Amino acid sequence: MPATLAKSASLFLVLVVALMGMAQAADTGFAVHMAIVALAALTAALWVMKGATLTGSADPDESRYDDDPVRWGVIATTFWGVVGLLAGLYIALQLAWPALNLGLEYTSFGRLRPLHTSAVIFAFGGNALICTSFFVVQRTCRARLAFPSMARFVFWGYQLFIVLAATGYVMGITEGREYAEPEWYVDLWLTIVWVAYLLVFGGTIIKRREPHIYVANWFYLGFIITVAMLHIVNNLSLPVSWAGSKSYSAFAGVQDALTQWWYGHNAVGFFLTAGFLAMMYYFVPKQAERPVYSYRLSIIHFWSLIFLYIWAGPHHLHYTALPDWAQSLGMVFSVMLWMPSWGGMINGLMTLNGAWEKIRTDPIIRMMVLALAFYGMSTFEGPMMSIKSVNSLSHYTDWTIGHVHSGALGWNGMITFACMYYLAPRLWNRQRLYSLRLINWHFWLATAGIVFYTASMWVAGLTQGLMWREYGADGYLVNSFAETIAAIHPMFILRAFGGLLYLSGALIFAWNIAMTIAGRLRVEAPMTEPPYNPAADRPLPAPARPVGALQPAE
Amino acid sequence: MSDYESLRHFADSWGLLGMTLLFLGLVGWAVRPGARARHEEAATMIFRADNNEEHPR
Repeated sequence: MPATLAKSASLFLVLVVALMGMAQAADTGFAVHMAIVALAALTAALWVMKGATLTGSADPDESRYDDDPVRWGVIATTFWGVVGLLAGLYIALQLAWPALNLGLEYTSFGRLRPLHTSAVIFAFGGNALICTSFFVVQRTCRARLAFPSMARFVFWGYQLFIVLAATGYVMGITEGREYAEPEWYVDLWLTIVWVAYLLVFGGTIIKRREPHIYVANWFYLGFIITVAMLHIVNNLSLPVSWAGSKSYSAFAGVQDALTQWWYGHNAVGFFLTAGFLAMMYYFVPKQAERPVYSYRLSIIHFWSLIFLYIWAGPHHLHYTALPDWAQSLGMVFSVMLWMPSWGGMINGLMTLNGAWEKIRTDPIIRMMVLALAFYGMSTFEGPMMSIKSVNSLSHYTDWTIGHVHSGALGWNGMITFACMYYLAPRLWNRQRLYSLRLINWHFWLATAGIVFYTASMWVAGLTQGLMWREYGADGYLVNSFAETIAAIHPMFILRAFGGLLYLSGALIFAWNIAMTIAGRLRVEAPMTEPPYNPAADRPLPAPARPVGALQPAE
Repeated sequence: MSDYESLRHFADSWGLLGMTLLFLGLVGWAVRPGARARHEEAATMIFRADNNEEHPR
């Protein structure tokens, strides 16, 4: 009872502070955000009071895993995935047909683009990371989640962060830092949520019943700690007003740029790589029913990523005001990263050694293998593009966009879908997924979508790069910028088509997950059946001898 | 020497050496022969019967 009282009282305090912030707001966007915070605090307070008991709450059953936040996470991942991909398709169409900007500031490309990137990376990817980490840490530690109410706070607090970030972008509230656009108060809120996340995850590891900490947890922990560090340093800024949305970075000039890309590339390295590798190291062995190919290699993979990735950021600033030695440092470490990345890819793929037929018979394994293949492809392409001479051609072109999407759609997307397919029947205690055959549809639509996306962006990027650097005999640039845009217009349309295919696959995924949760089973032929031919399944009688035929030696 | 210069010199001498040795030590610890049995145990730990995974499998 005192806990309920304290919780609801502090939520009401948040409500009052938010309402004061709303009344004093220096700009409309801040007022809208404070209204959202007030509404969230009120809802949470009412929810806490509704669940209040006078008898004191019973201790949680330590012999059961705490899977409620994981279930919510699967639903949130599915929902935000569709939203993020839809936003991506829409802005791809805007690039092909600018009229789709609709002449409104709220629907312009510049505002919807961060909405797309944040929705797919932080809402779709982030929810997948949080919910799988809660699932995996409990199973591998053989312990119930630590701090259950804090785990619920992490889930709902993170959703509030997503809503504040997304609405802010549409209203034009942005720090203009790529993949870290939310303003100072949203950053502070995320810091609180993230520390709570670290406490829940770390607390569960501390109360573990297994002597060894399984390697997936190393990757999750590396992801959580590093993202905390990156987020805090990159977002050091001073607000103009305590009741306004605008702030200025603590850094200036090239230092600011380097901080931004130190953050930006490590968001790729620790959010989109280390965290998703944690998923890979648990779910691929579980689905294949074989231990990871080499546990020793997985640990070397871990330490190499930790030691190398953190230095790779400067490759985003080749041929800028950044000192040359720092550019070379970024390039060298990016090239070195190729080795541990492929070590990890081989480790994941070779886990299937001796069970390769599962690629044919198990659509979830097939999806995981495709994810690992794309992990390998994009971690080869990335180091190559970080080489200065290659970068002089590829930088600022659509090649970069193609590279990012081969990693994001191929690696992050496919491994996330595969893990959600693994989780849904287990979390809702179903016999199986609604449909395994629909996974095949999803797989091929997504694969074709990625091929259209990356292939068109390669062509577009090379076209742009070559046209930008083309000099005439008299030393002038041959092409105007508008001419390069006209040249790649067909590629923009093909890219949008690829996005449409990928989104269609994701809609099939969402339908499959929803039907699984609803407890439905699709009537369909099983994925594998040993071949059976009734016509051939009969004894072979001795051939009848024709009457009157000549006998030998007659 | 400015702070920038002295930090830079520390980073590309003792800092680099320290990081390299730490990395090699951690990798060496993972590949030492005595770790084999522990790794085997850790890799197969995820397949021990989950105590309340109700999915029939």
